[in-house]
Parts: sequence; structure tokens; C-alpha cells
Amino acid sequence: MIATPPPTSINATVKLLDSADYVADRALATSVFLMLKMQRPLFLEGDAGVGKTEIAKVLASTLGRELIRLQCYEGLDIAQAAYEWNVQRQLLAIKASERTTGSHIENAIYGDEFLIKRPLLKALQGRVGAAPVLLIDELDRADEPFEAFLLEVLSDFQLTIPELGTITATEPPLVVITSNRTREIHDAIKRRCLYYWVDYPNAARELEIVRRKVPGVDARLSAQIVAFVQRVRKEDMFKLPGVAETIDWTRALTALDVLELSKENINDTLGVLLKYQDDIHALRTRMQTVLEESVQ
Amino acid sequence: MLATNVIHFTRILREAGLPLGTRSTLDALACVEMAGIETRQDLRAALRCVLVSRVDHLVLFDTAFDLFWRDPDIAAKMMAALLPEVSGRGTAAPPPPPPLRLLDAMHGQQKQSLPPQPTQEPDQLEFDATLTFSANEKFQRLDFEGMSADEWALAKNAIRDFALPVKPIKIRRRKPVNRGQTIDLRRTLRETVRTGGELIHLMRKAPELKPPPLVVLCDISGSMHRYTRMFLHFIHALTNDKIAAQRVDVFLFGTRLTHITRQLRHRDVDAALARVASAAPDWSGGTRIGGCLREFNQRWSRRVLGQGAVVLLLTDGLDRDDIGVLAASAERLRKSCRQLIWLNPLLRFDAFAPRAAGIQALLPHASKFVPAHNLQSIKALAAALSAA
Repeated sequence: MIATPPPTSINATVKLLDSADYVADRALATSVFLMLKMQRPLFLEGDAGVGKTEIAKVLASTLGRELIRLQCYEGLDIAQAAYEWNVQRQLLAIKASERTTGSHIENAIYGDEFLIKRPLLKALQGRVGAAPVLLIDELDRADEPFEAFLLEVLSDFQLTIPELGTITATEPPLVVITSNRTREIHDAIKRRCLYYWVDYPNAARELEIVRRKVPGVDARLSAQIVAFVQRVRKEDMFKLPGVAETIDWTRALTALDVLELSKENINDTLGVLLKYQDDIHALRTRMQTVLEESVQ
Repeated sequence: MLATNVIHFTRILREAGLPLGTRSTLDALACVEMAGIETRQDLRAALRCVLVSRVDHLVLFDTAFDLFWRDPDIAAKMMAALLPEVSGRGTAAPPPPPPLRLLDAMHGQQKQSLPPQPTQEPDQLEFDATLTFSANEKFQRLDFEGMSADEWALAKNAIRDFALPVKPIKIRRRKPVNRGQTIDLRRTLRETVRTGGELIHLMRKAPELKPPPLVVLCDISGSMHRYTRMFLHFIHALTNDKIAAQRVDVFLFGTRLTHITRQLRHRDVDAALARVASAAPDWSGGTRIGGCLREFNQRWSRRVLGQGAVVLLLTDGLDRDDIGVLAASAERLRKSCRQLIWLNPLLRFDAFAPRAAGIQALLPHASKFVPAHNLQSIKALAAALSAA
């Protein structure tokens, strides 16, 4: 993997994302460009399945960087997110040097070799010119104490380990933070980031995405699928289908050798598109109208 | 020229209520400089990613952007027309009347001369006469009475003793304790260093406990009117209680749903409630419990019910709307939260029979049913909730 320098203009950023089949709108490309240029974290918020996580993956692959992923969950703490001491090894080291005492012991057991590095610490220690992409996924799932801990890492790209001192990044990692908004992230975090709300794509862009992601798909069918999904998003639903669902659905219909959308084949595969029984039921009762209106 | 405009634009947004500091202005300038702006759309995207930090502000930003980058001079006038807050800034607005409890505190000696609290009985009879509700939306602004110093003190005490009838959640984060099941190896090792390599004390750790987040849904329809004030005082105290450190989200509903968490966050209870009163347009109007719960489920449940939240529903359950919608929404709500506690002020007689259709639809989905007939005092409410 050879690291390439970041793009130098917005146009170049659009091209870069495009080269990895990520069809971004220009506003998103602008945010990505600024994030790379200003070396600030990018905070992506939006509904599930609109391609937030994908951006980090695409950045890593196109810029030839390592992708370090930190999946957040309730109760995530420093030991899992940043670093942990390898206590077993430390105990062995103490045992091995029974006769050394006092400060010698401290030097003997708090060294780099006893440190287990977790994503945040790893991200700070990338090679110069090849800073890794750090993906902090679904930050809304972590709790507030973890957010507070992140502040130091995100604003100064450094991490303080009481036994060792402060570790500063050789080169700031490219940080992408995503949130599904199951709770509000504190303003202090957002202020340190560039914010972008990832919305559902418009019909033209979604069609482009589907055709890129499902190469062999029939042109007419894909147009129908996208029109239908776009129409479904206007319905009053608990969870609207995201782009990921559109892609899955297209794959499902292609696998079933469907040539044209019909009430029957939509009904059979609706579980790919919608994930809540209430939504499925609501759409089934309004299927005729929705299908007709999407054709127009 | 561009720089001046960017600064000016940032200032306008700040006036309009976006949380922007000097840092944001500097960021905006840096951003515009670095992006190498060619088109209007690029400028919009660049400014947006530093000046907006929540999706709710996007519309405001876009409107402001469209207005401003057409003609900066017009913008100032337009913004004044668009946003009531802006016009209020420069001109000298009449100072708000001093809070009631401030007056109370200044004239503490006269406190005793206040008329004694009327006993419960006549009050209740009168209440039944006001128990009318309609499905028509009746827009009415509510003017809250201020909170007296006595009430304020009582509220504070009540909150101190208050415990929700909900067990705290054991979270995965560990904290150091004296006695516990698990050994904290890292701390033990640090102790070892102090004793020169001898393992003497084993340090322990145990899971932290945390109160679950609380979501309050409060009925403000005509039939509930007299209970709302006290309840909101209570919720305000709970929201601003630093010790409990509980996340509280508050919604009001009558004919529509209003999110008032931010308004309630004002430290001064009277100022907070005045804001709340102007935020909700449907005070003392009709009731659409089913519709509002449905809206809550669709728009908010995923955002506020995430971390095992407990829902506190204050309503009398008298709904004229489609009962089917109410039952379905209540079921969904129950299934997406940890507990649904229903406070019902109608439940004051022992022989209360839930005969109204709305009550019957709600009842099977409430995990706890708390009689809150004595909502006249915060203390009674806190006691009722703790005991449940």
C-alpha cells in the first residue's frame, strides 16, 4: 500500500471519491477536501444506510492509508479505545527481577513493550506522510464520559498516559466520526470537527450509485427501482430505506431475474427494503398508489 | 472584500441564534481561503461545514446564505424581519418583571401572612367541572404564574429526596471500589510499585451504576391544565439538577408535539417556563394523544430512547381521536423504551374504573401506573413516584 498525498482541489476530491465508486455530491466532497486540508476531524451525521462509514473506507483505500476502526458502544472505555497495560507480562517482569526495587521496578514495567495499543493510540502513531484513517463509528452509542475523553485526542491529537507521559501524533490521522443520532453529541465535540449532514441522495445520484455498485443491472429495472424507492421515502414511515437498502434490493431482484417491477415481486422482496413490520404493512396496503405514482 | 463579508455573515448567524464563537469566524475564514472557492455552491458547502453543527440549523443557514450572498445590505434588513430575536437585541426591550420569588425573598417577613392553602375537597369538585376536552385545536398562549420562594424551596427539597421508581442501569464502565468481585489489575500493579514489587493489596473494581435517561411526555390539553404547571416545575428542577446527572428530554403534547428540552434548560425556573409557554402553541386546547405518540415514535424515539430510557407519560388518557392509533402507538412506545410509567391524575378514587376508551387503550401498555391526583405539590409527586 503506497500512501498518496491528499487531493489539492475540490474537483480532485470529487474525482478521488469517484475513482472508488463513491458518488458524492459536491458539498460532501468540499467537506472532505477541507477536512484533509485543515486536518480537522469530519463529523458525519445522518440516517442509517446513507454511506457514512463508506467514506472512511473509500478515503483509506484511495489514499493508500491504513484504516483504523473504533466501533463505539455503551461503556466503551480507555482500555478498549486507547491503550491497556499488559498486566500479565508486567507481573512476569516483576517476578523475573525479584531483587530490583523501588523506581527500578517502575522503569522496568512501564515501558512501550508492556503497552497494548488500541485504535486511538495506534492512529496517533502512523508513519509520517502516511497518517492512517481513523474511523470512530457510531459515536452516539458511546456514553458521555468517553466523549469527554475524546476531546483531548481530537483537538490536539495527543493522548496522556499517566505512567508514560503525553504521546503526540507524529502526523494527525484523518479522522472520520459517524453518528446515527440516537442521541445528541455534545457541542464541544462538534465544535472541533467539520460537520456534514448526509442526506438521502436525489434520484439521479442514487441511480448512478446503484449502477456502479451492481454492475450487471438492467438499465430500465434500475431506473424503476430508484424511482420506487424515492417515492417510498415520501411515505410516512418509521425507518425510511437507505441507499444500502436500495443496493441490496437491486441485488435481490437481479438474483431473482426480475425484468420489471410488479406488485407481486415487490411484495415478495419487501423485507430487503424495509425492516419494520409496521412499515411493511403500511406499504403493502398502499402498494398500488405508490407503484403507480413512482412510474410517472 | 470576501473576508469582510464572511465575518459579517458569521455575525448575522450568531445573532440569529446559532452557537458560534470567534473560533467559528476564524475557521470560516480559513475554510474559504483554503477551499479555493470557484462557485457559490462551493462557498455554501465550505461555510456550512464549519458554521453548522446540527441538522436543525441547516434550514436557517441556507435561508441566511441565500439572502446574504445576494446583497449583504438587504440581508441585514431581511434578517430583522425573518428572525424576531434579532430585532430585539439592539433596541431596549422593557425589562421583564422581577421573578416572584425574588420579591418574596426581599420581603421574607410577610411570608406568614399568605392565605392558608385551601383544603383538597372543594378544589376537586371544581376540577371535574373543567374536565372538558375537544379535538379542535385551540391556540392559546399560557402565562405561567411565577414560582414563589416557598414553592422553590419545597421543590428543591423534594428533588433531593426524589428517587425514580427505576433501578439504575449497570453500565459496562468499571469504577474503583473497596470491595468487589473483579480485581483491578492495573491499579494493583501501581500499588505494587509503591511497595517495591510486593503484591500486598488487591485493588477491586465494579460496574458503575447510572440512572437511565428520562423522557417526559406531558399532556397540556385543557383537561390537564391545572396539573401541568406543578409538573413542569418538577421537571425543571430535575433537568437542572447537577447531582442526579440524568439525561432528561421533555416533550409537551396537546394537539401537536413540542420538544422543550432546550427551553427548560434555562437555570431560572420562571424564565424557563416563560420560554416553554411561548414554544408550545397548543396550551389548554384539545387532545390528540394517539397522533402525538405516533409522531413521537416516528420522529423522536430513535433519537432520545437510545440508552435504555424510561418514559414518564403524564396524561389523563382522554382522547377523542382514533383509538386504534392510540393503542398501536402506545404499544410501539412501550416496546422501544425500558419502562413506560403512566402518571394519571384521574386515579384518585379507589374505585376508579378505567372506562374511557383512551384509558383502556393505554392501560395494557403501561409498565407502571401511578396515581398522581395530588399533583398540586411537588413533594407529593416526588413521593408518589418514589413509592411506585
